[in-house]
Amino acid sequence: MKMISVEYAAALIPDGASLMIGGFMGVGSPERLIDELVRQGKRDLTVIANDNAAPGRGIGKLVTAGLVAKTIASHIGLNPETQQQMLAGKMAVDLVPQGTLIERIRAGGFGLGGILTPTGVGTVVEEGKRRIDIDGKSYLLETALRADFALVNAFLADYRGNLYYALTARNFNPVIAMAADTVIVTAENIVPVGSRPIMSSRLQS
Amino acid sequence: MEAQTIIAKRIAQELRSGMLVNLGIGIPTLVANYVPESLNVYFQSENGLIGTGPIPEEGMMHPALTDAGGRPVSALPGACTFDSATSFGLIRGGHVDMTVLGGLQVDAQGRLANWMIPDKMVPGMGGAMDLVTGAKRVIVAMQHTAKGKPKILERCSLPLTSMRPVSLVVTEMAVIGFPEGRATLLETAPGVSVEQVVSATEAHLTITGAIPEMILS
Repeated sequence: MKMISVEYAAALIPDGASLMIGGFMGVGSPERLIDELVRQGKRDLTVIANDNAAPGRGIGKLVTAGLVAKTIASHIGLNPETQQQMLAGKMAVDLVPQGTLIERIRAGGFGLGGILTPTGVGTVVEEGKRRIDIDGKSYLLETALRADFALVNAFLADYRGNLYYALTARNFNPVIAMAADTVIVTAENIVPVGSRPIMSSRLQS
Repeated sequence: MEAQTIIAKRIAQELRSGMLVNLGIGIPTLVANYVPESLNVYFQSENGLIGTGPIPEEGMMHPALTDAGGRPVSALPGACTFDSATSFGLIRGGHVDMTVLGGLQVDAQGRLANWMIPDKMVPGMGGAMDLVTGAKRVIVAMQHTAKGKPKILERCSLPLTSMRPVSLVVTEMAVIGFPEGRATLLETAPGVSVEQVVSATEAHLTITGAIPEMILS
């Protein structure tokens, strides 16, 4: 675990990088890091996240700045700019059921090649995928997802990189923290090692 | 009574004590307003909360306590939070007793389309596909028609949310179930005749004997 400035953290990310970003409608997103990515004008990003939040909020700021070439998300309905850029051919959008998306990310972080889910069987989500029947029930083979960087927001971190999340700001954060080559965390509070009981997920980057 | 009030009140009657329930955005959210006080029902928000309470008063909102639409909520005593993988484990794994979702179309077998209108509205499915696939009971809360056109059809023209039929469709005109894969009229709303329901429904409705009226307090 290294303590670095938000400017330096954003500078680690090259144009064209794939990013998993925590947050659910902007709640639990690393806002300071996103602001810095916008300031540094990182381009052609692939953003893997639950949603695209809304203009002016969380991932929505990256969309507004035109920095996202592709997004893999479960929901973009509250960000009209994403829909406009998608229809204008400026952004590729891959829509994935929310439970499938988070489980593909979990698989990527847990060393699995993919997962079998009943969600999407017989719908447009099945197109191009393998259907596997087990004990008379049908499942889709959904492949694992990983990214170059995971951008995580935590309520509290210690100097060893243990993270604690607040309420529903947890969402995708602890799962993406396992599924990327480099994990960058913004924490609202940083406390000495040992000052919190052992009770939450641990992560080092 | 307004259409959405009829729908929400009728669906609230499907709640039982101890149930874990997920409510979608729109009319489904209103169901929480009609939970009888004697019932202990737990509401799940798919962003990672069980024990979702009412919208907090001004000044009592917490920026990290929100529902699946990102709006501030409260948490009742005994509430818990968890990550999204766990949240969808609850949903897909059949641990959610009942989900209530909005609908664009439902076919004669009870299969729901509610997540996109090609070339017009492509918001993404969010958690809807997982909820319809995995919750123990799936109830659709929707208006019976859209601009005078039936929404309960022989076949959906819109992409399906899941191949799994829903348990119940509740509209301001009727309650429709799908026993043996056939759309069946179970109740009519007060003041609505069976003929009115039939003429507002494209799918063939099985009608057996006298159809009771919804009882709305």
